[in-house]
Amino acid sequence: MSEPPPRPAPPTPHAPPLAETAAPPAQAAVGAGAVRGCATPTHDLAIIGGGPAGLGAALEARRLGLRVVVLEREAEAGGIPRHCGHPPFGLREFGLPLTGPAYARRLVAATRAAGAEIRTHTAVVAIEPGPRLVLATPHGVDAVDARRVLIATGVRETTRAGRLIGGTKPGGVMNTATLQGLVYLNRQRPFVRPIIVGTELVAFSAILTLRHAGIRPLAMVEPTAHVTARWPSALLPRLLGIPLWRGTELVAIEGTERVTGVTLRSASGTRHVATDGVVLTGGFRPEATLVRQSHLTLDPATGGPEIDQFGRTCDPAIFAAGNMLHPVETAGWCHREGRAIAARIAESLAGALPPPEPALRLRPADGVLYAVPQRIVPDARTTGAIQLRAAAPVRGRVVVRTSASVRGPAVDTVPERRILMPLATIPPDAAGEAEIAIEPDGRHR
Amino acid sequence: MTTPEATAEHYDVAVIGAGVVGCAIARRFTLDGARVVVLEKAAEVLDGASKANSAILHTGFDAPVGTLEADCIRAGHAEYREIRDRLGLPLIECGALVVAWTAQEAARLPALIETAHANGVTDVAPLSAAQARALEPALGPGVAAAFRVPGESLIDPWSAPHGYLAQALLNGATLRCEAEVHGGVRNGESWRLETAAGPVSARLVVNAAGLFGDMVETRLLGAATFRIRPRKGQFVVFDKTAAALAGHILLPVPTATTKGIVVCRTAWGNLLVGPTAEEQEDRTTATLDGPTLARLRARAEEILPALAGHEITAVYAGLRPATEEKGFRVRAEPAAGYIAVGGIRSTGLSAALGLAAHVRALWDAPLRPIADPVWPAMPNLAETAERDWQRPGNGGIVCHCERVTRREVEAALTGPLAARTFAGLKRRTRVTMGRCQGFGCGAEIAGITAGRLAVPMLPRDGDE
Ligand SMILES: Cc1cc2nc3c(=O)[nH]c(=O)nc-3n(C[C@H](O)[C@H](O)[C@H](O)COP(=O)(O)OP(=O)(O)OC[C@H]3O[C@@H](n4cnc5c(N)ncnc54)[C@H](O)[C@@H]3O)c2cc1C
Ligand SMILES: Cc1cc2nc3c(=O)[nH]c(=O)nc-3n(C[C@H](O)[C@H](O)[C@H](O)COP(=O)(O)OP(=O)(O)OC[C@H]3O[C@@H](n4cnc5c(N)ncnc54)[C@H](O)[C@@H]3O)c2cc1C
Repeated sequence: MSEPPPRPAPPTPHAPPLAETAAPPAQAAVGAGAVRGCATPTHDLAIIGGGPAGLGAALEARRLGLRVVVLEREAEAGGIPRHCGHPPFGLREFGLPLTGPAYARRLVAATRAAGAEIRTHTAVVAIEPGPRLVLATPHGVDAVDARRVLIATGVRETTRAGRLIGGTKPGGVMNTATLQGLVYLNRQRPFVRPIIVGTELVAFSAILTLRHAGIRPLAMVEPTAHVTARWPSALLPRLLGIPLWRGTELVAIEGTERVTGVTLRSASGTRHVATDGVVLTGGFRPEATLVRQSHLTLDPATGGPEIDQFGRTCDPAIFAAGNMLHPVETAGWCHREGRAIAARIAESLAGALPPPEPALRLRPADGVLYAVPQRIVPDARTTGAIQLRAAAPVRGRVVVRTSASVRGPAVDTVPERRILMPLATIPPDAAGEAEIAIEPDGRHR
Repeated sequence: MTTPEATAEHYDVAVIGAGVVGCAIARRFTLDGARVVVLEKAAEVLDGASKANSAILHTGFDAPVGTLEADCIRAGHAEYREIRDRLGLPLIECGALVVAWTAQEAARLPALIETAHANGVTDVAPLSAAQARALEPALGPGVAAAFRVPGESLIDPWSAPHGYLAQALLNGATLRCEAEVHGGVRNGESWRLETAAGPVSARLVVNAAGLFGDMVETRLLGAATFRIRPRKGQFVVFDKTAAALAGHILLPVPTATTKGIVVCRTAWGNLLVGPTAEEQEDRTTATLDGPTLARLRARAEEILPALAGHEITAVYAGLRPATEEKGFRVRAEPAAGYIAVGGIRSTGLSAALGLAAHVRALWDAPLRPIADPVWPAMPNLAETAERDWQRPGNGGIVCHCERVTRREVEAALTGPLAARTFAGLKRRTRVTMGRCQGFGCGAEIAGITAGRLAVPMLPRDGDE
């Protein structure tokens, strides 16, 4: 691999002007200036986040001979699967249905075996141009300079506050991830008869977790008329005898110390139900605070950084991968994506990626919640796909409206389900602004 | 073992209620040489009105002129500035903008500026809409006029009262939690109070029971001179990413009944909008209402349109101990050894130290002030000064959203004012109070605190 000149590498002439996208870094002051060091990069690639995406990227980057460091804020790398104590994880990577923790351990072991350095208890608190990462460690503030950075900080679920749920604030209201941490990591039992809110795939994770702890949920509630997750997961509640209340919204939580009940609203009115816990599932949003507080451009539709098909953000030295880009995909998907983007990063270091501009800018329009990548750079080798999500249940066809209209795949879908449109269907020289939409075919789902 | 009936511990002063007012009063009497006991009904301090407010250290520019409230805010503000360095308490001197959004509101600004002057707040300056916008570029359309109050500041609403109480405790005061005062009798020179933690005797009783002030007064004197009418205030807190949108505290033009909806940063670097003003009978429960919260968010997005798209970190509600009258309800009967500090409605955080000095002066018993008092250094949680995570040996971050270290959590679980409930731990450290609300750290915190809180975070096994 041919090495490009050492940093500071001049950005390509087409690089988007950073100054224009630079928001005042609200908290940069906390970290900035706290550390003074030389800016000679110690690594080719610094990866923020040691979940499936970050570890996949580290593995591939090592395979391609890069000097890699993974910066992970928790005591152990592995990401979300660390506390998903149920299968199936790893079918794609290891050909076995593993539990989350076993899968996470394997990923970490494989990444370490490949020679990647993993620094745990190391939180990135600021991303600065350079790129430079400001770190919080048990020893205080530190920094890392790397030639390339990959952001792979994952997602979290929408909290009770973010959902503007009314009522009181007793203990016993939590997201799936907290529940999983309590049950699988701590072996605690936070309640005995909770309700589960939401029917995304992760809600079925919650059911399995509760089952593991011997907790029988009272019911599963879903505000829309549809179960979001795909069959066969959708059959799980019925199999386990858990009532599923569709068209039902959680409006208030009751209790002082602990949850004692909830108020639910449906077409037939409001009613009180006695319960001792609330599991709020899904409503994923990228863990993108670092991005918001940096010079990088954020896509309001995904809530994550804006990227091109190489995973490259508006700063050509900074890339992103994993659920950070698209709430939300499976672990296996994120791992594979991490590996693919690491290969693009190696190309970037070798000066082999096309310039970031000109690019086709995709904006979600009618029926589309978000689409990733947001920028498509003309590239003869283009493989891969645009990933998008529908805003509402729909039957129809994906279209990209540039100067002409490009027909994508036919879809019959509900929100939260992956839709792929091959990049190869986009004319290679398309540039400027484009809309991506789903045109309904008029038939009801 | 002696039965509770047999002996009553004896003190000079019994302060009923460990809200911000009670904490400040306990500190004042302790430093002035009194033997003080603080009797708190709840398992944890700051569990009443003082658990939820806007965290503004007011100048008193808009207080009713010539009232005790105006005096106490002024004195409290001044003393906070004087002592805050020694206690390690933050002060974000951001100033406030009172913003008029209509011509009618703009017409009322000169009178407000006059009130400010009459209250001794003379550095207020009127601003045109363009000047206001230059100071706060993120303000939405429709600003008619404004004026600036440089002295309005932000503080940590919990480290301050914790600091007052910690100083009292370190200098000899006693704190009894789960010690609800049920009643009491005056025997000659002293009171004998019956509490849930046994009898206590004291020469002076200070009723600082906040939302229960009238009930405590009735229990002690047979009848109360005021009646508490709780007034709820709901808030929406935006993520730290939004804090850069407002430099000043953005105040509306107040009405006769309320200071109105404020948008301001917090000492921890968030941005909050609120509070509402809703009368209710219930003195303990401040219920959140989804549609009201949605309206608050919408109002915030009118004031600062760029807020749209920023995430909501938290929602909360507090209860003001309002009464049928607007002002503070201080009732002093030195001969009967009783002082009530009631109806400290919406400025208690600012006025507490001033009120404490006022109450102290109402009691003429000779005391010898402590010559060289101990000053505890409160842990800093404000984003404007160095935090523990930036220092070596912090044990690593436990709560990433708020960057709370293991060392901070350990410190909050020990010492004379150790956290006794999970809510208390949150107020001392901010664990799980950030944007993920425990998504990442909830389980770990439950592990660290297991068996170490008087009221456990999770039900004990077998509690079902
Ligand atoms: C509760 C829950 C249950 C799920 N269940 C399943 C399931 O059963 N099967 C499945 O396939 N998928 C599941 N998912 C989806 C899951 O998110 C993905 O499987 C996968 O973990 C995503 O990988 P990632 O690497 O993008 O992110 P993550 O796994 O979230 O990893 C991100 C990593 O970044 C670290 N990090 C974040 N910010 C910083 C920072 N500033 N500095 C340093 N490190 C940082 C985090 O600690 C974390 O380790 C679930 C998700 C959730 C939330
Ligand atoms: C929405 C809102 C916003 C506000 N914003 C601001 C602001 O920005 N700036 C400002 O200065 N002020 C503000 N305030 C006002 C401030 O919070 C209050 O004035 C202050 O908290 C009142 O404190 P307190 O000590 O009088 O009452 P409390 O905090 O209620 O303390 C009374 C204590 O007495 C205890 N108690 C009750 N009965 C008994 C008994 N029988 N025995 C023993 N203990 C008992 C209670 O448990 C409680 O802990 C706001 C208030 C609200 C609600």
